[in-house]
Amino acid sequence: MDVTVTEKKEGTVGDVDTGRRPATIPGLGRALRSEEMVINMGPQHPSTHGVLRLELIVDGEIVVDVIPHIGYLHRCFEKHAEQMSNYQQVIPYVDRLDYVAAMSNEFGYVIAMEKLLKIKVPERVEYIRVIMAEFSRIVSHLIALGTYGLDMGAFTPFLYCMRDREHVLDIFEETCGARLLYNYMWIGGLSHDVQPNFQEKTRAFCEYFRPKIVELNELLSYNKIFVERTAGVGVLPPEVAINYGVSGPTLRGSGVKWDLRKNDPYSIYDRFTFEIPVGKGIKGEVGDCWDRYMVRVQEMEQSVNIIAQAVEQLPEGDVQSAIPKRIRPEAGEVYVRTETPKGDLGFYIVSDGTQSPYRVKVRPPCFINLSALPAVCRGAMIADVVAVLGSIDIVLGEIDR
Amino acid sequence: MIPQEMFDVLKASFGDAILEAKLDSVLDPWIRVAPDRTRDVAKFLRDDDRMQFDSLMLLTGMDYTKGRIGVVYHLHSMKWNHKIVLKTEVGVEQPHVQSVEAIWKTANWQEREAFDMFGVLFDGHPDLRRILMPDDWEGFPLRKDFQVPEFYNGMKVPY
Repeated sequence: MDVTVTEKKEGTVGDVDTGRRPATIPGLGRALRSEEMVINMGPQHPSTHGVLRLELIVDGEIVVDVIPHIGYLHRCFEKHAEQMSNYQQVIPYVDRLDYVAAMSNEFGYVIAMEKLLKIKVPERVEYIRVIMAEFSRIVSHLIALGTYGLDMGAFTPFLYCMRDREHVLDIFEETCGARLLYNYMWIGGLSHDVQPNFQEKTRAFCEYFRPKIVELNELLSYNKIFVERTAGVGVLPPEVAINYGVSGPTLRGSGVKWDLRKNDPYSIYDRFTFEIPVGKGIKGEVGDCWDRYMVRVQEMEQSVNIIAQAVEQLPEGDVQSAIPKRIRPEAGEVYVRTETPKGDLGFYIVSDGTQSPYRVKVRPPCFINLSALPAVCRGAMIADVVAVLGSIDIVLGEIDR
Repeated sequence: MIPQEMFDVLKASFGDAILEAKLDSVLDPWIRVAPDRTRDVAKFLRDDDRMQFDSLMLLTGMDYTKGRIGVVYHLHSMKWNHKIVLKTEVGVEQPHVQSVEAIWKTANWQEREAFDMFGVLFDGHPDLRRILMPDDWEGFPLRKDFQVPEFYNGMKVPY
């Protein structure tokens, strides 16, 4: 007589039939008892890209559920912002949200503030900001792709990515003295004008960097082992992605052609020609890890295109002429979102008419993208959780704020 | 669809649940909704053909002081490319707001954060617990009257 000891429905994880059935012991004719197990991944696991703890509920090798635990790096950004004595002081804190793409964060904050203050910034400032934001997209994607390779067991591409990143950081350093956290974009202008050799250096970088993308593709993107590990893994369907509010390359990887630079243009992005790469499911299904990876590679090419156009059109002018002496917006509120390397970064700023902000709320793209992780991981293998997490490209500084 | 039309449609469908609106604002026009009807209104806004607000951009708590806290929803329709802001307000004694988690999954974590920071209780949320602060933290840090405790688990808090 067969006695099944386990109570749950065998061979299924959620609605997915895994094809696994309990092993029977020969001679005994009885199913082995099986139960779910809880495993902690992190907070110190190298592939979690920071202090993130994932509580994995697994059935053998198959993930039944993932419960992310965040907040280890919570630094009370929003509380700090309310305590500041003026709006300008918030900018260094904004830098520290997504610390690998600090320029993009500043960009979002300053254009939100300029909208609230109704300031029109000089053309030169707009161009320099766009160039810096695109540089920062390249930097962020290089880290994302390099460390993703690292997660998948490819060490060399990481070093190549870091080498190329240095060239951009050198330009940043020459411009504003800092390599990681810049405090460069100010409300109404910039802290410094660029160096006289900026255009020359930027052109040289564009020329240098285009072949490096081809190199990265040869080294990692089409590498058979890497494709096996990522193609068809962690598929995020487009309607699920939209419902979860997922944005940025993670959304575009699912085949949704949505980029704020085109769909809701801000600053001067409507002046440049560039493409929006989307996932096409070339190696597996649309919305798998490889698609999300490839969207980032292609976005770097597009960023180089934007930089190359902007640097040729860079007008002359004073970058500090529009900086207000005293920042005191009228009572009111504004919500502005921009396309950062990770997704839609939004700033909801409420002013009560005084010199310090009443409320500064960040819509952190990584936080929202991470909330879709359990939906993607259910039914996957444990090793694929690493692949999915890496392909979402999170930065804990922004998730925990 | 312009905000005025949205307001008229909502008013016709929900009547008393639509409290007031500020539609002439150049920045972000908003509509105030009764806290116990937010889910119905959200469902209507998502599913109605003229609205199709398929994405909830931002959900945040707010402290309006004088014992009032609120929730702000920034909605966007990818199909029609229009936006609207919904607001709702409750007293701190009974801070119950209907959850919209069933409408937009993205609200799950954002509502947890609003609960964590402001103590808004979202009725119908499947997993309402703290997200950024530790589970045993007392008080709601982003409320304007929040006092930083002197000690947390025996550790001195103000540095």
